[in-house]
Amino acid sequence: MDAFAANFLNFGSVLRVLPLMGAGLRTSALLIVVIVPAAMLLGLVLAALQQFGGKATRRCIVVYTDFFRSFPPLVLLVFLYSGLPLAGLRFNEFQTVVTGLVLNGGAFFGEIFRAGIEAVPRGQWDAGTALGLRPWQVFRRVVLPQSIHPVVPPLASNVVELAKATSLAAAVSLPDLLTSARQAQDIVYNPTPLVVAGLIYLVTFWPLVRLVSILETRSLSRRI
Amino acid sequence: MGDILHLYFNLGYWWDSAPALLRGAGRTLELAAATLIFGLSCGLAMAVTRALRIAPLSVVIVMMVDAARAVPGIVVIFLLYFALPYADIRLPAFVCAVLALASNLAAVSEEAFWAGIQAVPRGQSEAARALGLSRLVILRRIIMPQGIRLGIPLLTGKAISITKDTALASVVAVPELLNQMSTEQGVYANPSPLMLGAIMFLLIFLPVVRGSRWLERRFQWAR
Repeated sequence: MDAFAANFLNFGSVLRVLPLMGAGLRTSALLIVVIVPAAMLLGLVLAALQQFGGKATRRCIVVYTDFFRSFPPLVLLVFLYSGLPLAGLRFNEFQTVVTGLVLNGGAFFGEIFRAGIEAVPRGQWDAGTALGLRPWQVFRRVVLPQSIHPVVPPLASNVVELAKATSLAAAVSLPDLLTSARQAQDIVYNPTPLVVAGLIYLVTFWPLVRLVSILETRSLSRRI
Repeated sequence: MGDILHLYFNLGYWWDSAPALLRGAGRTLELAAATLIFGLSCGLAMAVTRALRIAPLSVVIVMMVDAARAVPGIVVIFLLYFALPYADIRLPAFVCAVLALASNLAAVSEEAFWAGIQAVPRGQSEAARALGLSRLVILRRIIMPQGIRLGIPLLTGKAISITKDTALASVVAVPELLNQMSTEQGVYANPSPLMLGAIMFLLIFLPVVRGSRWLERRFQWAR
């Protein structure tokens, strides 16, 4: 038991690597703050284009969506990070993670917004047009506001999943929370930094996960 | 243009790296199969246990599920692979990856099945009780078949995401597809194997994604 505590709960040793892990935590937080809103915006643009674009645009967006939904985000990151530089296109680690996860997350958000928009009855479009609003105005002022509410549960769930996915940064050696915990482990010779990183993720995401599950259960029961 | 062809679509390198990549794809499929089998069966078992409404068991299940959903898979893999050896528990990388991904999938599917079970209208079990059926029979013949059906549309997207996460196993050097892609790229100093591997990933998962659209529509229509 003592050996367990000395290895896994050696919080004294973590104090020595606190600056390292603090920097990692900041990077992770920055990734989340940049990636989640950007991906949401991309998703919204894709969903709007699907409403207003011609047939070709719509097909392109379906291809885009299916492509990024099929492609594991980690493979995308590795491809951007180590495949593109040979063609002369070089991203640094931060840009790689942001580009990869925004492209990936945008596809998922796009699908969710599209589902929300399509759930708004056709009559709302007709009524808006009858009032003399232009199509874009109908979309922005009538349809879009109504489309968000039914898709709040999947939106929330996707926000959490995307925020969690920023931990993939470790795979392209961006010094985020997980990477710095690994480095810290090699400095203090015990796995407590990894345990601490795990605990930080747990404490941060637990309330959000709980919220998502409440939202999902409630919305499913309401639909029956 | 010739450059792009030489860099990414170099058929010579494709041909040479294909055996290794196919072996990797096989490993990816093994990981995915193990994750799906363990994850879905554990998830279903937990949802059924929770439906028995034994308070202490339910609390334990909810806590496990929440924890597994809150911590990213890659963090769990790192903990199992890099931290557990300090407790003299050395698991093969493949096992670490499957454990991490399956626990994640089990949590997600428990949530989905449980949401489905709860969504079955109360009147169903009341009617069954009025017919004199026992609690277990009601659960097995009335609640579960409907609950699982209702839960499936919630589950497909997430199950696919987690199955795609088998690529995470590459960070602990399981020789699955992504790992082989990187290795082969290093061998030939050319990203053509990376491109070929990416195409293989698409070939594996594109049908799954398209199929899930169909599945979701089907179950929606069934209601």
